[in-house]
Amino acid sequence: MVDLVGQLLEFEFMRNAFVAGAAVALLAGVTGYFVVLRGETYAGHTLSVVGFPGAAGAVLVGVPQLVGLVAVCAASSLGIAALGRVTWERHGQSAAIGSIQAFALGLGFLFTSLYHGLLNGVTGILFGSVLGISQAQVIGLIVIAALVLAVMALIGRPFLYLSVDPEAASSAGVPVGTISIAFLLLLGLSVAATTLITGALLVFAMLVLPAAAAQQLTTRPAAGIAISVVLGLAIVWLSLSVAFFLSDYPIGFFVTTFGLVLYLGCRGVRRLRP
Amino acid sequence: MTGPLLWLQAMLAHEFIRDAFLAGTGVALASGLSGYFLVLRNQVFAADALSHVAFTGALAALAFGLSEIGGLLAATLFVAVILSVLTTGTRSGDVVIGAVFAWILGLGVLFLSIYVSGRSGGAGANGTAGVNVLFGSIFGVSPSQALLGAGLGAGVAAGMVAIARPLLFASLDGDAAMASGVPVRWLGLVFLMLVAVVAAQAVQVVGAMLMLGLMATPAAIAQRLTMRPYAGMLLSAAAAIAAVWVGITLSFAVPHLPPSFAVIGLLFGAYVALAGAAALRRT
Repeated sequence: MVDLVGQLLEFEFMRNAFVAGAAVALLAGVTGYFVVLRGETYAGHTLSVVGFPGAAGAVLVGVPQLVGLVAVCAASSLGIAALGRVTWERHGQSAAIGSIQAFALGLGFLFTSLYHGLLNGVTGILFGSVLGISQAQVIGLIVIAALVLAVMALIGRPFLYLSVDPEAASSAGVPVGTISIAFLLLLGLSVAATTLITGALLVFAMLVLPAAAAQQLTTRPAAGIAISVVLGLAIVWLSLSVAFFLSDYPIGFFVTTFGLVLYLGCRGVRRLRP
Repeated sequence: MTGPLLWLQAMLAHEFIRDAFLAGTGVALASGLSGYFLVLRNQVFAADALSHVAFTGALAALAFGLSEIGGLLAATLFVAVILSVLTTGTRSGDVVIGAVFAWILGLGVLFLSIYVSGRSGGAGANGTAGVNVLFGSIFGVSPSQALLGAGLGAGVAAGMVAIARPLLFASLDGDAAMASGVPVRWLGLVFLMLVAVVAAQAVQVVGAMLMLGLMATPAAIAQRLTMRPYAGMLLSAAAAIAAVWVGITLSFAVPHLPPSFAVIGLLFGAYVALAGAAALRRT
């Protein structure tokens, strides 16, 4: 066992990946909790799809991928905020959102075809890759995690109030608009960070599944957020380890598989409990 | 003859271009017609789900050396039946559905790596297979695939026309339709199965990731232009076909412009222009 762990941590890219995975589990666990609570999972998915041309465009013009992801995801969260939450939710599965997603994916594909070297890396951007995590990206992820968690600590309590009972919160003087926009920005940052590990198409597995599983187990927010982070950590570290030993196979498959199994398991546990 | 005409004639002299037009027209016709009802029935999500299945089905066929269109059709039809059984009360925000379809995508990537590692020295083929399934390879269709694509497209279009009237009734007012004896549930099933056929054949033309654009965007354009359903259906199909024709031509003319992006980009541009014009008129 110790031997296996030794092998896992022998290479620098794996140490980077484990630290990056921990940062992502922390980010996705905390923001994902609110995403599931507010029923905004589709917004998270759309943000990650829109991140794809950001990452591909960044490679095309020679900027770090994470920078492109953060820029595009943050800009798109502001766009969603501008459209207004009501419009957004109402159009949750409408033709407009489908069109925007398809166009974003097509744009990303255009960038990858303009930059020929990336054509093999496109599956990495879409479905995640362990080998790609550099020291600089780890530092970037830690900075993002620190920033998001600091703001989250600041707005956490009023935001929870607002998510559970918006009308009461508003009449109690909670600045609803400001906090909602701040959260969307944090969500954009978290999605950008998660994309580095899971790829643009599988963000759902890290952002939604740990939080949804946690909400099956407890209704208390603090405990739920803690469980969500721990489950996220378990999913990402387990996936990294398996992907290391079965290096022919992609990490995206393991992340989605472990996420789905954990979520269904937690649902089962709730069913069994009296 | 004038310059542009000569140029068009030179383009159409290529067999792969003629095949692309043939296959593309069939898929566009079927997508435009079925997409109109997808949007009307608020089932865009089902098409999204079917595109995930098409991605994984196509890669599974490659990985295990099965016939591509056969495996694809089987997979998408199977899921269409399941979706239409579950369909009451499914929403895009549903965590279980979202999780299962994310897992199906993950499974597709697994098949991709099985396919890649199963080929000796397949580093070159590696990226291309995945990229083709994701984003289409309309310039790579063989003459027989083009004929099959056109045939399936015409078949789906005929099916859509055949069920258009009762389906319209069922989509707009399900209760009244059921009361007057329209088999609402069966119609929903047949419709989703037609969409499944479109999803399977659209993989080659625009790819699994962009087929949502070929289905939803023409319908969204049509709904901005007319409220009348039959005119809307025709407009939606016409917009899809026009985008495919112009897209193929553009990408033949402009180097490095992928045909699937040209098609989706044209449609999206038209949609945004229409939405912008409507917003301007309102102010």
